[in-house]
Amino acid sequence: MLAALAAVPVLIALAVRLSSRDPGPGQGPPFLDRVSQNGLFIALTGMVVSIPLFLPLTVSVAAGDTIAGEAGHGTLRYLLAAPAGRVRLLAVKYAAAVVFCLAAALSVATAGVLIGSALFDVGPITLLSGDTISVGESLLRLFLVACYVGLSLLGLAAIGLFISTLTEVPVGAMAATAVLAVVSQILDNLPQLEWLHPWLFSHHWLGFADLLRQPISWDSFAANGLLQGGYIVVFCGLAYSRFATKDVLS
Amino acid sequence: MSGALPATELAIETTGLTKRFGHQTAVDGIDLAVPHGSVFGFLGPNGSGKTTTIRVMLGLAAATSGYVRVLGQDMPASLRDVLPRVGALIEGPAFYPFLSGTANLQRFDTADRHASSATRRARVNQALDRVGLSHAAGKKVRAYSLGMKQRLGIANALLMPRELLVLDEPTNGLDPQGTREVRSLVRSLAAEGTTVFVSSHLLAEVEQICTHAAVMSAGKLVAQGTVDELRRVGLAHVKVQTPDTEDAGRVLQRLGLAPEPPHSNNDGGSTVRAPLADHTVAPESIVAALVAEGVRVRGFAVESSSLEDRFVALTGEGFDVVQ
Ligand SMILES: Nc1ncnc2c1ncn2[C@@H]1O[C@H](COP(=O)(O)OP(=O)(O)OP(=O)(O)O)[C@@H](O)[C@H]1O
Ligand SMILES: [Mg+2]
Repeated sequence: MLAALAAVPVLIALAVRLSSRDPGPGQGPPFLDRVSQNGLFIALTGMVVSIPLFLPLTVSVAAGDTIAGEAGHGTLRYLLAAPAGRVRLLAVKYAAAVVFCLAAALSVATAGVLIGSALFDVGPITLLSGDTISVGESLLRLFLVACYVGLSLLGLAAIGLFISTLTEVPVGAMAATAVLAVVSQILDNLPQLEWLHPWLFSHHWLGFADLLRQPISWDSFAANGLLQGGYIVVFCGLAYSRFATKDVLS
Repeated sequence: MSGALPATELAIETTGLTKRFGHQTAVDGIDLAVPHGSVFGFLGPNGSGKTTTIRVMLGLAAATSGYVRVLGQDMPASLRDVLPRVGALIEGPAFYPFLSGTANLQRFDTADRHASSATRRARVNQALDRVGLSHAAGKKVRAYSLGMKQRLGIANALLMPRELLVLDEPTNGLDPQGTREVRSLVRSLAAEGTTVFVSSHLLAEVEQICTHAAVMSAGKLVAQGTVDELRRVGLAHVKVQTPDTEDAGRVLQRLGLAPEPPHSNNDGGSTVRAPLADHTVAPESIVAALVAEGVRVRGFAVESSSLEDRFVALTGEGFDVVQ
């Protein structure tokens, strides 16, 4: 799945490189118009393109599979009889999902940087605030953006973990989690539901622009962290209360 | 391991154990008593609640009511202390199909916090060797045959020295060699002092390896005791091989026996069977009476009841699953 994610920036880079005309300003996904001047923008474009669907989808697959996948194989009963301990098993599974979220975001960024520097010029970047930063500093900012995106997905991963404890059919858990990710983004786009927006786990998904200013503004990072933390507490708690007493009959 | 339980202590003890699924009572107030060091056969027709009992015993499912003690400790409260000392095969083996046999066992062993990682390789290899799977250890489980998976499942139960082995239908899908090996494996484990709790349909099998047995029927425990006790409850039969079935039947009736309809044998003769209550008629006087009436007796035997007779008497003849 990480390889599929890494393919996104590669595809974008190849498309831009091979097409005869440059995308005009404001055409296509954000930052695309700047790719041909600076290859590092491939990483940002890849990230923005992956956030609404591709990243949540892969995270849904990873998180939905955690417990339901073991139940589906029938290996859950042997893990518990080993005994793995129910709480320990949940913790290990969520930790693996967290690692996956960060690895997913980082692989998009890394693939973007690599393909961008291979196919295009790389140079200092002009920030949203108008300041210019060096290539090294840009890479650091990209890393921060990847961490922000990875962090953004932790709430969804916790939801996936909880849904995964409800069923023995991993595909069902994956699909339900992915559907929730899409529903949350749709709700976030309905102006009538403005009161709800700050509570949606996808609300800050595209809010990493603050990391591209000079000086860096950490407000959105903190707000996002707080929101995701809330989701983690609630849904890991639900997963625990469900799984701790669940009859394992698969 | 400690193994310091006194001999009188029960390895498994349930009191009024009940498990309901919705309205259906899968296990209905059973009082199991599995003595320490026994090889205990857990018998019952399909759907009689054997696997459900095992799940509750191992803390996988919660009892609706009643108590379970395993190795002298309450379950599921002492699950962390008890389960490392218990090896289990529960409703058939289950593995990650994309991993090799060795990798699967290593993964399950890692799940047990008490299993030392330093000795893991050696223990996994030893367990694979014990079930005769060494040659296929590197193969993906996806490519295993039914019997190979079953053997791997047994190997998983043997990863650590255990005080109790719970084996749910261990010989399912095994070839005759495999069945014999499991039998000798169970015997050697029992000789080492491991209590073996084995659920099975193969009554001849159970009769050979078990010291004790219990019979389930529709969620209830209908009999429990040593295998000899269980067998003794059933009636012995006299078996007469003769071509003169009608005469033989008449003689048996006159002696106060109730002969069953004759079976014809493939050698041209027939067999007449009749239940023989203890000490009513001496077998030798039956033969004498038959011969005196001119019945051509080609064979005569008194057969004590088999576990199968007892099992059928307890759980019914019908093929249909109860409930
Ligand atoms: N997950 C479940 N939900 C509802 N009912 C169940 C479930 N699992 C088992 N049962 C019911 O409980 C009863 C006992 O099932 P169990 O699996 O314990 O039987 P068993 O004695 O192991 O049978 P077999 O010899 O076929 O393995 C059956 O009537 C079965 O339908
Ligand atoms: Mg069963």
